[in-house]
Order: sequence, then structure tokens, then C-alpha cells
Amino acid sequence: MPSLGADMDAGTILEWLVKPGDSIKRGDIITVVDTEKATIEVEVFQTGIIDKILIPVGEKVPVGTPLAMIREEERAEAPLEVAKPSAAPPKPEVVPKPIPVRSVPIPTPIARPAPVQPLQPVAPAQARLRISPLAMRMALKLKVDLSSLKGTGPGGAICKADIERAVKAAAAPAVAKPVPAAPAERLTAMRRVIASAMARSKREIPHYYLGTTIDMNPTMAWLQSENLKRSINDRILYSVLLLKAVALALRRVPELNGFFIDGAAKPSDGIHVGVAISLRGGGLIAPAIHDVDKMNLDEIMRHLRDLVNRVRAGVLRSSEIADATITVTSLGEQGVESVFGVIYPPQVALVGFGKILERPWAINGMIGVRQVVMASLSGDHRVSDGRRGGLFLSSIAGLLQEPQKL
Amino acid sequence: MTNDELKALVFRELKKIAPETDPDQIDPDLDMREQIDLDSMDILNLMIAIHAATGVEIPEADYPKLSTLATCISYLTSHGA
Repeated sequence: MPSLGADMDAGTILEWLVKPGDSIKRGDIITVVDTEKATIEVEVFQTGIIDKILIPVGEKVPVGTPLAMIREEERAEAPLEVAKPSAAPPKPEVVPKPIPVRSVPIPTPIARPAPVQPLQPVAPAQARLRISPLAMRMALKLKVDLSSLKGTGPGGAICKADIERAVKAAAAPAVAKPVPAAPAERLTAMRRVIASAMARSKREIPHYYLGTTIDMNPTMAWLQSENLKRSINDRILYSVLLLKAVALALRRVPELNGFFIDGAAKPSDGIHVGVAISLRGGGLIAPAIHDVDKMNLDEIMRHLRDLVNRVRAGVLRSSEIADATITVTSLGEQGVESVFGVIYPPQVALVGFGKILERPWAINGMIGVRQVVMASLSGDHRVSDGRRGGLFLSSIAGLLQEPQKL
Repeated sequence: MTNDELKALVFRELKKIAPETDPDQIDPDLDMREQIDLDSMDILNLMIAIHAATGVEIPEADYPKLSTLATCISYLTSHGA
């Protein structure tokens, strides 16, 4: 059971997507695990053959428990160093080993301060749907109304059989079952996880806060003309430009990108931006988009859309949960002008963006109306200081003045 | 499409984005974004879905014209949906 966050103690197997004898390669999704925050598709970090499933569907096991054995066949072509001269060809050695649980130094991606957490106005009791990814795909394909489905999988999760039953029931006239509210305990559990991560952050991380107002006219004008040229399916959101600007600015101030672990700063080579996404019904999660600095805007948009859709559907991948090296939160959509967030440990910085507002703005001795946004940085003072933080924010501002280069 | 068909389409797409949406609870004259707590990605997904179902081209600058259920239906009707 991989650690999908420092605050995760255990997980429940919802579904196995492989069986003994199946060949798997690095990156394949092999199982689906339910945690207190989300349904996570667990990727494997090794190539081999599934030898044995150790933990059946429905069982909840602590982090670190081997879930399955992977048989790793030695490459037949590779010379065996210890092979003795022998008439018989060397037998490939079969080494069953537990699924590598990637040692993940990164905790749960809960990175927005509880005090500014917007209350969801709609039906708080209906927290996230518990549904397996396969069932979700089937439901979307077969247009099954999930709100009226009662899950029979582990913890009441909707599984493939439930969808099949629903499709059959829809074909025959049937009395609709009462709609079960998705478990409210999920929300309670998520609040507990957020509380734990944020309390740890405030206890351990000496935060400093910086803010700057950025002229967004060049960005918004460029985006407007760009989107005008595009079909609706290819339009990009301004938050994509903000993410790219953050990623490029991190190259200039790399100490803000990474972690503080065991008393030492550990900058990360990859720039994996955690995007705080609020969940319907309450709570939030900040999964990572990988290597944002290397992607063009279309690629970032594609990843962002995919991520938001999967967060809403409640299905994330283990690498997304574990890999963020910085978090970006944009509370502007709720109408706030600025956000000074709580760093998500062991990350060392959090960037916040407020609402884009029209403001009187002096430029070259003249006052005009400009669209502006307040960008903020919460920095870990053990790792960086205000001067470098200021350089980072002014880099973001500078990059946003030339959006065509992003 | 008739008004009722358009309404049913919007409700169906809203339900996909926000499963807890109750059509009876939506005030047709209030901003859907605020009533259902939609963010810009939700709005974009809604516009894409409406475009796919009706064929109506919706320039980005027109999104505000579709902000309430009532204005959304009238926009689509007047644009040949």
C-alpha cells in the first residue's frame, strides 16, 4: 500500500485491474485504492509479471503492506555474472518481490488554508461520489445517472456490477430506489486530513508572505485574441498562463521549488505544480501537473482539464498525489482579491492568485483602467528569504507582460 | 430545439458537472455560476457540451450572455439552436 500522503495511514483496495500472469510495465495502473481523500489509481514503477495478488478487494491495509508480488524475469540476453560454465542453458531466475512502494516524501496534497476554504453552498451532505474508475467510465458511456445509484462495493462505492444492474433496471420498468447520500463521513475525514497537514505546516514552517499586484492587460488581451482564433474545444483559460509563468519563474528561483525534509532544503529538478482544486461538497485536493515549465500552453490546458475532470470524478493517480513540488491556489473565482496560503509540507512555497479586477492604474505618468491581479507568495523562511521571494514574484509579473512567449 | 429540450440539455450537462444539482432549485434568473458554484473550467466544459449538442458557436466574449438559465436558453434560441 503506497503512501499517498504523510497523513495517510491505510487504504482500501477497491479494484484490481490486473490478475496473476498479467504482464505489466512501469506506469501501468494496476489497482485502485480508496483513501480518506480520493480514489487513487495506483501506478506501478516496475516492469514484470503479476505473480500473486496478496490483498483482496475490500480489504483495508496499513501503508507499507505488500499488495501483490511481481515476478521480475532476468533478461535472458543479458550475461549472467554468476553463471557457471554448464552444458544446460542458464535458467532465468524468477524473483518474486513486493510491489515497489515508492518512498514518497511528499504528504497529502492539501494545501489551502482552512480559514479561506470557501463553503460550498450546495448540498454539503453529498460529498464526493465513491465510484471505481471503471464504473465511472461505464456510467459516462452508458449515460447512467449516478445520483440515483447505491454502490455495493467496498465502503458503498459504486462498482461495475452496480452500473450493469442500473442499465438493466433502466431497460425494465422498475421502482426507483431512494437516493442515498454519498457518505458524509468522507467530508469529515477530509477535514481531518486538511487539519492535520495545515496544523503541521503552521507548527513547523516559519512562513513569510509577500504580495504584488500584476498588470494583466497584456495577458488578457493576448488570450482574448488567441481564443478568438480557436474553436471552443481548444480555448485556454488564463490560469494556464499563470501556471506557466509560475513554472518559468521557478527556474530563476529554484529554491522555492522542492521540499524541506529532515532539516534540509531539497530542491527538485522537476517543476511539478500542484493545482488546488476544490471538491464539490467541500474540501480540496492539489494534484500535480508534471514538468509544467517544459510544456506549451495547449499541453498545460489539456492536463489541467483532464485533472479537474478526474478530481471531480474522484479518480486520481498516485504520481499526481505524491509529486507536487509547489502549490498554486487561485481563489479569485470566489471573488477574493488576494490569498495568503498555508504551505503544504514538505513543500516550501505556495503561490496564490486573487480575482482579476479592473483598477485605476498609473503607467508612464498617466492613469488608465487596467486589469490587475494580486499574486502572493507564502515562503518557508528556512529555505528562502524575502529578497529571493520578491525576485520570484517580479519574475512572474515580468513573464505575464509577454504572454506570447509563454 | 424547443425551449424545454434546451432546458433539459442544460440540466443534463449541469448534472454531469455538479451531480448534486437539482433542476427545481435553479432560479432561471440568477447566475448559474453562483447558484451551482461553477468555476471557469466548469463553464468552459458547459459551453463545449452545449456547442456539441446544438452546433451553436459561442465566442468567449459571449459567455456572460449565457450566465443565467433564462439568458442561456434565449441566446441559444436566437442563434438557431
